[in-house]
Amino acid sequence: MKITRAEVEHIATLARLELTETEIEQLQSDLSQILEYVDQLNELDTTQVVPTAHVVPQEDVLREDVTRPSLPTEEVLSNAPQVEEGYFRVHAVLPGGER
Amino acid sequence: MTLHRLTVHEAHELLRSREISSVELTQSVLAQIDRCDEQIRAYITVTPEIALEQARRADQRIASGEAGPLTGIPVAIKDNMCTRGVPTTCGSRILENFVPPYSATVVERLFEGGAVLVGKTNMDEFAMGSSTEYSAFFPTHNPWESSRVPGGSSGGSAAAVAADETLFALGSDTGGSIRQPAALCGVAGFKPSYGRVSRYGLIAFASSLDQIGPLTKDVRDCALVMNALAFHDPLDSTSASEPTPDYTSYLRDDLSGLVVGVPSEYFAEGLQAAVGERVRDAIGKLGELGAQVREISMPHEEYVVATYFLTSWAEASANLARYDGLKYGLSAPDAHDIHEAQSKARGRGFGTEVKRRIMLGTYALSSGYYDAYYLKAQKVRTLIKEDFDRAFAEGVDVVVGPTSPIVAFGIGEKVDDPLEMYLADLYTIPANLAGLPCISVPCGFDDGLPVGFQILGRPFAEGTVLQVAHAYEQSTDFHLQRPPIGL
Repeated sequence: MKITRAEVEHIATLARLELTETEIEQLQSDLSQILEYVDQLNELDTTQVVPTAHVVPQEDVLREDVTRPSLPTEEVLSNAPQVEEGYFRVHAVLPGGER
Repeated sequence: MTLHRLTVHEAHELLRSREISSVELTQSVLAQIDRCDEQIRAYITVTPEIALEQARRADQRIASGEAGPLTGIPVAIKDNMCTRGVPTTCGSRILENFVPPYSATVVERLFEGGAVLVGKTNMDEFAMGSSTEYSAFFPTHNPWESSRVPGGSSGGSAAAVAADETLFALGSDTGGSIRQPAALCGVAGFKPSYGRVSRYGLIAFASSLDQIGPLTKDVRDCALVMNALAFHDPLDSTSASEPTPDYTSYLRDDLSGLVVGVPSEYFAEGLQAAVGERVRDAIGKLGELGAQVREISMPHEEYVVATYFLTSWAEASANLARYDGLKYGLSAPDAHDIHEAQSKARGRGFGTEVKRRIMLGTYALSSGYYDAYYLKAQKVRTLIKEDFDRAFAEGVDVVVGPTSPIVAFGIGEKVDDPLEMYLADLYTIPANLAGLPCISVPCGFDDGLPVGFQILGRPFAEGTVLQVAHAYEQSTDFHLQRPPIGL
């Protein structure tokens, strides 16, 4: 499985990862090698096999819809790089928007 | 007296009878950290003030007759479990300055029981690795030979226990991250059944595989810590509601009536000869203790690594999407829009190994590839689990073999060959894919380096796993040996 440079760049965009030139080259080689390794799973015929969703029995968990104490706002925001009036401040979401 | 060398149960007896205080015990552990950690580097953060304050409170509890098994006992916690007010880095630059506003359920539970936090231990970044060399900060050294790795990703926890820099530690295990470092450092490491211990407040890696568990100096300590950690937690929707027995009630010296399965596939190519011999000796010991030993087959063993790759990387790429530099963690103030801010923060904050796994996981989940990779892996996962179901249905109580195919390797030896590093996990991965309880205990040495023996049980049969491990351990003296450091 040979991964192209364009594929590496596309996946990096999907994953929101800014990569250096060296990283792109290294990942192109690593991804190709590792995806070739996992291709061995295709030796197995799994057409009749049910995929594992959970290894132990799981059931939906419900609780009463009652309000409970939560963390104070200042503690929730204490690790945020930018805060304004009790909110997270983020970069512009739409093109041309103000920071 | 060298108090830091005590096990949890030995220290508890001395605390309860007031022969020692928790402050004395804690000071002894902190002194050992001062002596050894410049060389071992097991800790990212040491917390002497918190430890001594908790020790003083523990001594008051003990004085009023309220000592539980962990009251006043020093513990080290892997740096991927949230500790309120204490930095929790996950071994990553992206969380280097993160101070959690809440504690993980396991941390709360240990603190309620009176345990004493001495520090947060080093780990491969986001628990991705088998050597602790992928820590963004520094590698940890194996106490048995400092040019060697301690294993990973809970390498700091394993090294701290082995070097008596704590009485016990918590680790997390996604593909062997408790058991493999326990094996390489010569301590006991236990991964409970999936769902047995709450994951609330554990920084997620691969959510269908992650479990928290103890690293200890002997099996009795594993049972004692499991008594504190195993309960239903409503804050974790996958937390099991099965009843929890007193795990120490399983610690007997007799194994008659138990059937031990030995898969031929666990002694395949790539297993170091000396490791194979020590593990064969250990299996012989189980026979002497009354167990019936039976050869079995795990026909899908050769596919576990590829299945684990696809499962864990896909889940990791989704879990790590939360590190966007907006709410916490490293940010990129020089960016112009939100997309660039996220890409820059993640590009700068994640290390090479984490990026590699995010890229692979994103690829495996991307449009057009989901069926071929992630879904295929979940189908093969079913086949791997069925290998175990079959063995258990045929009367096998525990499955045994080597924990790691090799003893501790040299620092730097495998770091540039990711595929070779990943293959070090081939015997530990099945327990995660099938959700089974599994322990590694020391079973001897090869040229001064510890060898680990792995025991795997039915779902929620942690008691049986601990029973076999304890009976074996008590028939040997490997767990009593200490590395040549800080004596």
